[in-house]
Amino acid sequence: MTETLLRLNGLTKAYPGVVANSDVGFDIGRGEIHALLGENGAGKSTLVKMIYGLVKPDHGTMHLNGAVFTPPDPRTARMAGVGMVFQHFSLFDALTVAENIALGMEDAPAMGQLADRITQVSQAYGLPLSPDRVVGDLSAGEQQRVEIIRCLLQEPKLLIMDEPTSVLTPQEVSILFETLNTLRAEGTSILYISHKLEEIRTLCDAATILRLGKVVGSCVPAETSARDMAEMMVGETLKTPQRASTKAGEAVLQLSGLNLPPATAFGMPLRDISLTLHKGEIMGIGGVAGNGQDELLGALSGETRAPAGMIEYKGRDIAALGPNARRKIGLLAAPEERLGHAAAPDMSLIENAMLTGATRENLDRNGLLNWSAARGFAERIIEAFDVRTPSSGNAARSLSGGNLQKFVIGREVLQRPDVLVVNQPTWGVDASAAAAIRQALLDLAEGGAAVIVISQDLDELMEISDRFAALNEGRLSQPRPAAGLTVDEIGLMMGGAHGMEVAHG
Amino acid sequence: MDLSAINPIILIAALISAATPILLAATGELVAERAGVLNLGVEGMMITGAICGFIITVNTGSPALGFVMAALGGATLSLLFAFLTQVALANQVASGLALTLFGLGLSALMGQSYVGIKPPRMGDVDFGPLADIPVLGPILFSHDPIVYLGLLVVASVWAVLKFTRMGLVLRAVGENHDAAHALGYKVKRIRTLAIMFGGACAGLGGAYISLIRVPQWTEGMTAGVGWIALALVVFASWKPWRVLLGAYLFGGITQLQLNLQGAGVAIPVEYLAMSPYIVTIVVLVILAKDKSRAPGSLGRIFHASQ
Amino acid sequence: MIRLEKRPQPSQGFALASPLLAVLATVIFGGALFAALGKDPVQAILTIFWEPLFGEFSFFYRPQLLIKGAPLVLIAIGLALGFKAGIWNIGAEGQYIMGALFGAGVGLAFYPMDSFIVFPLMVLAGAFGGWFWAMIPAILKVRFGTNEILVSLMLVYVAEQFLASMSLGLMKNPEGFGFPGSRNLQQYPSAHNAELFANSGMHWGVVAAFIAVIFAYVLLARHRLGFAIRVTGEAPRAAKFGGVNPSRLILFCLGLSGVLAGLAGMFEVAGPAGQVTIDFNVGYGFTAIIVAFLGRLHPIGILFAGGLMALTYIGGDIAQSQMGLPVAAIQVFQGMLLFFLLAFDLLTNYRLRVGQAEAA
Repeated sequence: MTETLLRLNGLTKAYPGVVANSDVGFDIGRGEIHALLGENGAGKSTLVKMIYGLVKPDHGTMHLNGAVFTPPDPRTARMAGVGMVFQHFSLFDALTVAENIALGMEDAPAMGQLADRITQVSQAYGLPLSPDRVVGDLSAGEQQRVEIIRCLLQEPKLLIMDEPTSVLTPQEVSILFETLNTLRAEGTSILYISHKLEEIRTLCDAATILRLGKVVGSCVPAETSARDMAEMMVGETLKTPQRASTKAGEAVLQLSGLNLPPATAFGMPLRDISLTLHKGEIMGIGGVAGNGQDELLGALSGETRAPAGMIEYKGRDIAALGPNARRKIGLLAAPEERLGHAAAPDMSLIENAMLTGATRENLDRNGLLNWSAARGFAERIIEAFDVRTPSSGNAARSLSGGNLQKFVIGREVLQRPDVLVVNQPTWGVDASAAAAIRQALLDLAEGGAAVIVISQDLDELMEISDRFAALNEGRLSQPRPAAGLTVDEIGLMMGGAHGMEVAHG
Repeated sequence: MDLSAINPIILIAALISAATPILLAATGELVAERAGVLNLGVEGMMITGAICGFIITVNTGSPALGFVMAALGGATLSLLFAFLTQVALANQVASGLALTLFGLGLSALMGQSYVGIKPPRMGDVDFGPLADIPVLGPILFSHDPIVYLGLLVVASVWAVLKFTRMGLVLRAVGENHDAAHALGYKVKRIRTLAIMFGGACAGLGGAYISLIRVPQWTEGMTAGVGWIALALVVFASWKPWRVLLGAYLFGGITQLQLNLQGAGVAIPVEYLAMSPYIVTIVVLVILAKDKSRAPGSLGRIFHASQ
Repeated sequence: MIRLEKRPQPSQGFALASPLLAVLATVIFGGALFAALGKDPVQAILTIFWEPLFGEFSFFYRPQLLIKGAPLVLIAIGLALGFKAGIWNIGAEGQYIMGALFGAGVGLAFYPMDSFIVFPLMVLAGAFGGWFWAMIPAILKVRFGTNEILVSLMLVYVAEQFLASMSLGLMKNPEGFGFPGSRNLQQYPSAHNAELFANSGMHWGVVAAFIAVIFAYVLLARHRLGFAIRVTGEAPRAAKFGGVNPSRLILFCLGLSGVLAGLAGMFEVAGPAGQVTIDFNVGYGFTAIIVAFLGRLHPIGILFAGGLMALTYIGGDIAQSQMGLPVAAIQVFQGMLLFFLLAFDLLTNYRLRVGQAEAA
């Protein structure tokens, strides 16, 4: 058996109203890839933040190499040999690769010297990267490389990776796994956080499962079935969404050569997107984050107007219509970002129901708003979608991610759309809420509406889509029937390894 | 009207002096904005610096000490802004306005018994024979020390931002405060220091107006220079050397319209006096497209959530 | 160690309490300031807050409260609508001046014609003047994306120069013995914004201010446009998703605040001030910013805040003449109020916790 690198014992951390971690303890061996498995809100982030010195535990101890380890800040943790690759990158878009890396190092060498080392280390681990490029111009996969190289330059003993594959295509995932295997062979330990069970089964040596802040089990992933791990993680038997077989009806929405310039400096243009959407079908659109998902949703919702003739709805050119005009004729949308885009965080659920419901629910009579009707609408959403909140008067940000997402999706679904476009409908949502949301989308399609689901979760897309296409660099691949697509085919539609150089030793 | 009364060499020399208050204030604000803080209180910090410097100079007879205290006064006032925005997490626009309104009132209160006094003058730097070089002598080698200090400040800010780790960290904090925090940098501490630097520079700029440009004390004498300095930072796309260029442009316009007033041009005085403000607006319009370089976290409130 | 923790819901209680706490803190620190200036703090505070309302000469000061409060409320209502939407018009002073110049200009142009039409035309002209001046930053922002804060502010200085030019030139009273300043509109009945009831302080500007308060209240509470304003301020992306057109909102908010500031200027110059002079403006456009924030950008709050601020002006005047308290001290006092308000506002959205510090 390998010797222990990091020992966690009785770690407890409480925030007002929630105990994020309660008496968490496990060991990570030297040269071991250790999976930390759990749903959103299970306490994974809090735990790694404690190890990385961002959060102090209320109780409990950590030992690194047998010595007591209580990092007061990330700097100390890094000096002790702990490196971390964040889920949401802690990168600076406007700075170069080398500058970004220098910021994460304690005693960064002079820039020229650092650039050489970056080139050298990135080659050695099969993650080529040029030090002078501005980070904002890199793809998500390349940005992740920056983070990894930043850690590797410090020669860490323990590397923490938070959901590293959520931004990668299948091909990019296999490049990453090779790198991680190299590191393991060199004796580096890796704490690998994920909820993707198959990945864990292929990569990890040991797994600890968290639920509601507590360790609920541990296992050797290669010897445990994905279903068993899932049930430990969720604590209940999962229902898979059901749908009756449907056949696609007539075309409702047609995109013909949709082109849009990027809205911001580091935004993505939409390039020549063509698509026909039929009644009763669910169109799944995959792709790595930042390849035009937000832009596509904006173009469909009417937040960005397209040139005439590019968007046709039921035979009518709607390119010039704004969001409310599109809602009026039955084209609805739910964006990815719940707080700040789909909903106003500090406003009540009633006000947020008014936000998109005014037109179709007759909450707006010649400019005068009917607040009691809006309250009724909000309460119908809460009721129908089992949104857990004390009252409809509560602020949107007081809801948990899953509950707010149910509210946001429910708000659109209850307005009886003919076409609904959703982006990342179950991102950061617990398993039962995700299942409910997927079921609602399936039911909607069954009722004859057309649904576009944009998502980075391939399992989700394969589960509910009739047809599948992928966004890559603002282009949409030719849609294909979802049934029978292989992982390799999907990966290639998503852009393969995004032109990234592949490892050579 | 006699345009020949305007001597180009004297005009350029005067322009360099006229540009100094704007240059100092804008450079200070540039540092704050690169750290992600939009401080609209420049006008208030300038006028506070103007009166602090004036009072000290009149009472001690030492302009040098006056300038030191002006910088200190500006920095102290800026701490109020730092408290509101970094500790009380107040809106930066509102807090900046509050600082300006407060500074204008405070300076008026402090300066009541100083109206109409002439402060002791600060001598020019003695460059010996260099000052006698034709054309270059009067333009480059016949100024007071603060003019050179202003240039030094711009050059140092440029070098620090570009070449040092301190500068890199400051830029990182302004670019993405969440990422900087995740790497363990003290966002609030760095921003507070940047705000204080901005306050000190604004204070120096204000004192330059009350001690050298005018030189006397009148209420509200900064007359919008602080706001022009803010516009200048946008104009300069947050680059120090472009601040220098912009400051000379505005200094030039200010000086030229004063000279034209003096020369008795047939344009009414009021319309000449409007010109720096109108030019500011025009420049803002021309440069509005170039937005890409604004620091990513500019004006946003930072609070470490967990 | 004290730590801040974001509340899940903004606190209603602190939303109401923070202006009161701010006033209290200002009274305490203001009193200390007056003491430092060698004045009796208790007497100074009483003179400012008590004397105008209940003192011996309150019959004279109470109407003043309306006269000083009306322009502040009128301007602050317009500003608050913009501030709520994140549109920062801080050049109300310029719009106030332009409204006054346009209004007075129309009045002076008709002099000495006696007609009921003169005053309504002046009202329209005043509104237009303010609107036109505010449309400059609005259109530049919509068309080129320039910063409205800087442009509207630069235009204050331009307007001040324009005012100087007018009162020394075009609008100068031809029978004024060469003194700067226009004819006195108080002596031109068709153009005079006279008191509606003698010695009440009630003039058309006061009426307009009350109408503006009610209008803004209904707009924010019940109208689509008011909702658009609130959502835009809270979450601009959500507003756009909800169908708000940001450009139109900018034009509306800046335009409306310009109209209200212009009206305030016009009513002032045709009434209490009487004539266009080089310094007839006394900074209401800037003080109104404090009023807007002190009223928590809420119409009813602004009504009270305007009254309070008017009180400090009048009380300050009394304190100046009776106790020799400098005018600037009142300015500092008003500035303090804004500071404390911004600081106490923290408690609406965050709660303070005493405990172990996070590694931040």
